[in-house]
Amino acid sequence: MAKVIVVTSGKGGVGKTTTSAAFAAGLALRGQKTVVIDFDVGLRNLDLVMGCERRVVFDFINVINGDANLNQALIKDKRHDNLFIFPTSQTRDKNALKREGVERVMEELKQQFDYIVCDSPAGIEHGAITALYFADSAVIVTNPEVSSVRDSDRIIGILASKSRRAERNEPPVDVHLLLTRYDPARVTKGEMLAVEDVKEILSIPLLGVIPESESVLRASNTGTPVVFDEDSPAGRAYVDAVARFLGETREMRFLKPERRNFFRALFGRA
Amino acid sequence: MAAGNMVQGALFTVMVVRAANLRDSAFESDLAQQIGRSPRFFQNAPVVLDLRGVENLTEASEFETIRDKLHALTLTIVGVQNAQPAQLEAAAAAGLASFAPSASTQPRGAGPGAPPPAPKARLVTATVRSGTQIYARGSDLIVTAAVSPGAELVADGNIHVYGVLRGRALAGASGDAAARIFCTRFEAELVSIAGSYLVSEQMPAGVRSTSVQIALVDDQLTISPN
Repeated sequence: MAKVIVVTSGKGGVGKTTTSAAFAAGLALRGQKTVVIDFDVGLRNLDLVMGCERRVVFDFINVINGDANLNQALIKDKRHDNLFIFPTSQTRDKNALKREGVERVMEELKQQFDYIVCDSPAGIEHGAITALYFADSAVIVTNPEVSSVRDSDRIIGILASKSRRAERNEPPVDVHLLLTRYDPARVTKGEMLAVEDVKEILSIPLLGVIPESESVLRASNTGTPVVFDEDSPAGRAYVDAVARFLGETREMRFLKPERRNFFRALFGRA
Repeated sequence: MAAGNMVQGALFTVMVVRAANLRDSAFESDLAQQIGRSPRFFQNAPVVLDLRGVENLTEASEFETIRDKLHALTLTIVGVQNAQPAQLEAAAAAGLASFAPSASTQPRGAGPGAPPPAPKARLVTATVRSGTQIYARGSDLIVTAAVSPGAELVADGNIHVYGVLRGRALAGASGDAAARIFCTRFEAELVSIAGSYLVSEQMPAGVRSTSVQIALVDDQLTISPN
């Protein structure tokens, strides 16, 4: 049975789209047939991060409205056969997301895929609620700072009260914490919340910690999900997180400040 | 004119003076002071003399003395209550009526029938997330998990939190000043009892992250260790 994963946070700019792209690609690399959907109607970004912006013809809203069929709108990723992108409309707004239409599309996607990753817009309004409504699992993207933690807490509460599982009294949405833009050096200096602090406040299982890394920005700008960059600590952290999501046990990495290499420091190339 | 129109029932609010207090020498001056604060309210006000716990006052002349004393304070005795037979006779001779003991001066006994069941406390076992408000109407509220910042607990009775309290807690929301807040780890943003409140900035630093109870003492919201 296909599983619907929502990537959400409440707060904007914490890394939802980057995570959606990396997570979907990571699942595909693990042999799971995966589609990643952009729910941020009107602020279409996922296609850029996935590097398929020049191939968008039809979008999510076209399919909801019956102007196109699903297979006309799905874009197959060039790097991996298991990976598909379902872009959204840049010209419409979130009110175009009609729940019945979304439900019909979701049911159709479930016939074809193992995992459906929903990239939620920021906020707690209609767009975000629609993105999380059909979720079986949720990845709560949180930055190690107090405002992000509070917004994550809010969205966890909404998942527990407004999702379809909650409305139907089914087992609750399986919620996971993903801490992004983590900078161990700044945590040591007390400028950033530590993993333990965030875990304690949100009290949900930790899926992974993604270190702050230049490779993330580079990946976004070149339209390559960061998991495809094997040299990047962030990419490897996402690979770990996906493995944990699939039930593997992996030790948490990147929690301590990187030790600077003595020789590199000596030659000024650190 | 029909007889029915000549006598009608009516209800009045009458103050009660306890005769036992009259023996206290300070009582008269205290009463005079109170009357001095709102003289209009007490001007020729009717009062009833409560004889509970008083053994003497069996002569009409004694009642006349009290009547004069109170008259000097602008009060007019109209009757007595809780009188023994001899006292009642003397009071009648002094022209005072007999009043049935009023409900407010009677000791409260168990009424007929079973007492109403105590309201059951509302129990919450899952983390109370930011943005959630829980209201225990007419009862206590018990939370056995953490309360996140931005969450709000409201109860007409007491609030108990067996977890970290990081949000807001408002006990005695309908005005019960005897309500309290109990918490095993206190990091609240705001606490309130019967409308008096403290924000975290005003709380003493030493109580943070400790086990506390919060009560209203002399109209002051007081946080004390458990």
